[in-house]
Formats: sequence, C-alpha cells, structure tokens
Amino acid sequence: MRIRAQIGMVLNLDKCIGCHTCSVTCKNVWTSRDGVEYAWFNNVETKPGTGYPTDWENQARWKGGWERTKSGKLQPKQGSKWRILSNIFANPSMPEIDDYYEPFDFDYDHLKSAPEMEAFPTARPRSKITGERIEKIEKGPNWDEILGGEFAKRSEDYNFEGIQKEIYGEYENTFMMYLPRLCEHCLNPACASSCPSGAIYKREEDGIVLIDQEKCRGWRMCVSGCPYKKIYYNWESGKSEKCTLCYPRIESGNPTVCSETCVGRIRYLGVMLYDADKIEDAANMEDEQDLYDAQLGVFLDPNDPVVIETARADGIPEDWIKAAQESPIWKMAMEWKVAFPLHPEYRTLPMVWYIPPLSPIQNAAEAGAIGTDAGMPDVKNLRIPVRYLANMLTAGDEAPVVTALERMLAMRSYMRSKTVEGVIDEGIAARVGLSGRVIEDMYKIMALADYEDRFVIPTTHREQVEEAYDLRGGCGFTDTNGCGGGSSKGSLFGGSKKPLKMPTEV
Amino acid sequence: MFANFDINFIIFGIMPYAALTILVVGSIARYDRDQYTWKSSSSQLLRRKQLIWGSILFHVGIITIFFGHLVGLFTPVWVLDALGVPYVLKQWMAVIIGGPAGIAALIGGTLLLHRRLTDPRIRAISSWSDITIMVLIWLQLAIGLLTITQTLQHMDGSEMVRFMTWSQSIVTWNLNAWVTVIDVHWLYKLHIFLGLIITAFFPFTRLVHMVSGFAAPFRYLLRPGYQIVRSRRQDPLPKRDPKSTPAE
Repeated sequence: MRIRAQIGMVLNLDKCIGCHTCSVTCKNVWTSRDGVEYAWFNNVETKPGTGYPTDWENQARWKGGWERTKSGKLQPKQGSKWRILSNIFANPSMPEIDDYYEPFDFDYDHLKSAPEMEAFPTARPRSKITGERIEKIEKGPNWDEILGGEFAKRSEDYNFEGIQKEIYGEYENTFMMYLPRLCEHCLNPACASSCPSGAIYKREEDGIVLIDQEKCRGWRMCVSGCPYKKIYYNWESGKSEKCTLCYPRIESGNPTVCSETCVGRIRYLGVMLYDADKIEDAANMEDEQDLYDAQLGVFLDPNDPVVIETARADGIPEDWIKAAQESPIWKMAMEWKVAFPLHPEYRTLPMVWYIPPLSPIQNAAEAGAIGTDAGMPDVKNLRIPVRYLANMLTAGDEAPVVTALERMLAMRSYMRSKTVEGVIDEGIAARVGLSGRVIEDMYKIMALADYEDRFVIPTTHREQVEEAYDLRGGCGFTDTNGCGGGSSKGSLFGGSKKPLKMPTEV
Repeated sequence: MFANFDINFIIFGIMPYAALTILVVGSIARYDRDQYTWKSSSSQLLRRKQLIWGSILFHVGIITIFFGHLVGLFTPVWVLDALGVPYVLKQWMAVIIGGPAGIAALIGGTLLLHRRLTDPRIRAISSWSDITIMVLIWLQLAIGLLTITQTLQHMDGSEMVRFMTWSQSIVTWNLNAWVTVIDVHWLYKLHIFLGLIITAFFPFTRLVHMVSGFAAPFRYLLRPGYQIVRSRRQDPLPKRDPKSTPAE
C-alpha cells in the first residue's frame, strides 16, 4: 500500500441549471488569451448532444484513453509507445480547430462608428485567427445547447448506445440534462502517458495533473490521448494547456473558480486517499462494467487506523487526513454511492465525479397509472432513460445508477414527510438501504450545500517545498526565466508573434 | 594580406566555425534562457489538410538525408578502407538512398510551403522565421537533388571523398580544410553554403525542435511505465516497504 492524497470533485447534476457561470469565470481567469480563445477548460454541454469538441465521446475516432490489449496489457488506445512516436510528424487522431470551433469576435466598433445609413448597423463576426470576415458562424462552444438543432444530429450522442433512441426524437418523449465538464485529474491519466517529452505530470501531494510549459515541445499526443478532450493545443504558443484545477487557489485552501462561482452550488471539493499501488490493476479490469467498482476499491477509508498510520508514514500531513475524513467526496462516492465517474470505460480512473440528475416523471398524463413503489415513483419512469445515464457514468451498468436515483428520491420523500407531515419515516430510508440519520446528512450536504460542507480543502504545506527565507526579496509571480524576461515581448528566439490586430473598417 | 583574399577561404574555411559556434552557443542560450520557446510549432490544429502527407514525407525524407550526411561525411576514410567498403559502393548508396529520400522531402516540403503561404490561417500565424527557414530548406533540398546530376558523372566517389575530407578536417581543426573543396562544381558549393546558413539560423528558428525530436524516443521509451508523478518535497520521505503497512 502506497497512500497518496487527491483533491477530487463531485458535480451534482441534479441541481445544474446550465447557466455557464463556471465556464465564463473559468475563461476569464485562464483562457482569455491569444491561441486559446477556442479552449474552454470548463464547458457545459447539453445532453443528449455531440458536445464540445463535436463527437468527443467517440473514441473509435479520437483514440483517447486506454485499452486492454488481447494479451491483457493496459496501453493507450493510441497504441504502444512506438506507435505514438511514429505519429509524431502528423497525429492522425487529433481534432482540428473546426471540431471545436473557429474563434471569432464581432465588429462592435462598427455599431458606434458607422455612418448614417438606411439599414441599422450590425456587428459582424471576424475570425480571431486570421482577422478575416466569417460570413456564417458554423459552430460554437455549446452549439447544441438546449437541444438546439435537429434530433438526427444530437442522436449521434454516444450515450444512446443500446437504446431505442427514435422515440426520444418525439416531442412528448424528449429529455435533456446538463453536463459541465473539466479536466478529470485522473489517477491514471492518458494524457501524461502519451506525452513523449514527459511534460505532463501528476502532483504527488494533491493529485493535480499539470503540463510543464517549459518541457512541453508541442508533440500534441496528449490532445488525442485525453479521452475527455480536455487538453488544448495553444496555437499561438505552440504548447498544450489544460485545466489546472486552479492550483494556486487550491493550495491556499480556496475552491476552484468554477466551484466558487457556481450559483447552483452543485460542486464539491474534497480530499480522497487512495492506494497508488492498486491503480494499474484497477484500470485493467477485463470487464468494462467492473471498472467503477475497481476504482471504488482504490480509495482508502480515512477512518481506518491502518490507513491513517500508513498515510502518516507516506508523508500525508495531519490536516489532510482530517480533511479526508470530512470529505464530501468520500461521502457521496463511497458512503452513499450517489456519485459516479464520467465514462469509467476510458480506464483513466477520473477524479471528477457526477451525481446523476433526477427528471420529471415520463408521461405525466398517466401519472396515476405508473408504478409507484410505496409513495416513491419507480426510477424506470423517469424521463431520462436510466440506460442513458449508465452509459455515461458506469459503462452501461444500470444497477448502481438506479440505486443512486432511488436514494435521491428517498431523500426527497423522507424530507417531505418530515417537514410537511412531521413524520419521520424510517421505512423510506430503510428501503434504499440507508438510515434516517444518513438521509438527513445527505440532505444537509446535497440539498442545503453550505459553503463549508461543499469545500473541505486543506492548504498545501509550503514548508515542505520551499524555504520562505530564500524567497524574501524575490520577484513575485513571473511566467518564465525567474526575474528576467518572461515578458510577452518578442526576443531573439522568437517569443510571441505580433498580436493579431483586428481590422476596424467593415 | 588582402592580396591572397579568397572567398572560398571565408565560406569553407571560416564560416563553418562561425556557423557551428552560433549553433552551439545559441542553442544552449535558448535552452537555458528561453525554453518556453523551444517547441515544434505544430500547426496541425489549425489545418489538417496537406499537413499529414506533407509533414510525413518531409520528415521521413529529411531525417534519412540528415543521417545519410552525418554518417556519410563523418565516417573517417580509413574506417571505410579498414572495412573494405569500396568508394563506388558508398557513392551508389548515397545516390540510391539519398535520391528518393530527397525527392520525398522535396514533395513534402512543397506541400508544407504551399500550405504555409496560401492557407490564410497558417499564413496568419507564421512568423518571418517560419517562412524563411522553410524556403531555405526547400531551396537546399532542390539544390541537393540537382547535385546528383554532377555526382552521376563521377561515380568513383572521388568528389565524395573530398567532401568527407573537408568535413572531417573542419571538426579536427585542420585550418587548411577549405582547399579540398575549392574546385568542386558550384552546385556543391552552393549546397554547402546554404547548409551553413541554415546551421547558423538553427537556434533562432523552430528548427530547435530537431533536438527534442531526436531526444523524444529515448526519453519516452526509457521512461519506466507511462506515468510521471512529481513531488515538490525538499526532504525525501524515508524508504518504506510498500508491501507492509506501519501498523502491522
């Protein structure tokens, strides 16, 4: 057993209203720069839909994640190391910028500078790459939002696998949900494993996966290697970039920007202890549907005295162990089993988990006729097909998703009975394998979701990594090159190109 | 002293040292001072078209040529003699391997250059050095292929041995190296001259990614397993047998 700590995240999709505040605040902080206008470290997709970049879940096309070879070995889906190296001149599985969208801006200035004319002046789009006029915007970061477009297109959604999807094209049967996505900070990152330069690494102390910008050489194998398409190639700097889990904030005990600004309070951050020695076996289960359980097996109970003792020996600070004991992630993923990894079949052991959304009862006209299980509707009658959620969260295994949905329904039912009728109905709790006390805890964390219950983040131990005395009189935060250089001005060795000047005349 | 001034001396006697110095010092300075700019500058994200074929043909061709030149020029003549490799054979190998590789690289290079100059996206993000270096390499490939017409006229390898002697004299500090190449055909001279120019440009262009490209297979294949975990800990943790836990 080799214990490490990881900051994990859970998103309660049941409460996501698809407002994109997470995406916008993230973009303002991290990717409002040349070369990454098209990149959204955090984006929110409407499902069913093909997402961003289009069709990202189709790994037959992009070759993201891992696969188990015939001989039972775990290797990147892109191929062995030799195979990856052979693609270094041209990566056949890499998306083009048009698979995301061509970044654009509008001629806003024209609105106030236009001369008097017959027609009202309009702000027309221009490409942020070339500065040229775009006559028609073909795609954006959330092109199929709120079921935009025809059903035929969004039914290409990979999660319809094994579902008679035609009926969901009918107005009466249609359904949708939101899926905010960011880097999964996987325990078994496929991006890191496909980087020939070794620039992508996982941090030992908090599990955050980062790209060393100095060491990245722009071989772009990580872009195709990541099955979630959460590595973005900065076409201006020639380096890959990704979500940093706002590590400067996490280090000081603050939630990430996306979590902090989430108006629905759907995001949770906390510590998980895991056994690093078990990762390879857990990612290499023969049956894809065993991967979810295998990942649960990697996590370690922070209240187990053996685990605590070993964690101390492995250098995990006391306050991190304490945070792991109070972790909302542990409760939701391990105790209540209501949170699931996104696409465990990619075998990356992702660490951003999702609570599946409840949905209205299908066919409300027949509400009286549908099966209710002693006051609780049967989850099979929910509008979002369980199989659809299972394809997304458990490699198609419906049982765990059903249990989670039932527990969430039970929580509502129990709390309604308690607050409206004043009756504590332990029966409801017992039917879903919980107790009233646990359900009230669930209610406190999942429904009330106070700030300090959502974010249990211990600060980093800087005293272990640097001598504060050596830092006095330093030059503060710089990009590269210590105190010198690091400016965005060009240099003898290239540096940045002259910034794109958007033409002002129309 | 200007009485016996000879442009050949400048180009084939002095310039190699100047170019190699710039190459070495410039590259070290860039790697040390500005590693952030050390990259392949791939433009595949912006336009896939023409890149797949162009880049593969160009790179496979030019890497073959690169190692062909390296081995061909710097293998000491006495090693050839000791191994009993006839000069004619070596000359034929150079033409048979180098010729097709050169053609592949030229076709690939043409695709890449065409894409770089005509595709609005690629044009917009191209720096002056991106275009210059591509043009220089394209010219160098074309001239290199043209020299084959001269080479075919003396397949005994006599010219080849001259170039071997010249390059080996350069790296062994024989300052009279330049005299070995003064009366070769001007195409060869132009080829060497351009080669030296490209060498001197190396640290200031995207060409630096060659170094990373040659290093990448070693880094990647020799890396144990796939994953990399970095620790910032100043004092390493005491060693512990992961098979047992301290509580046991």
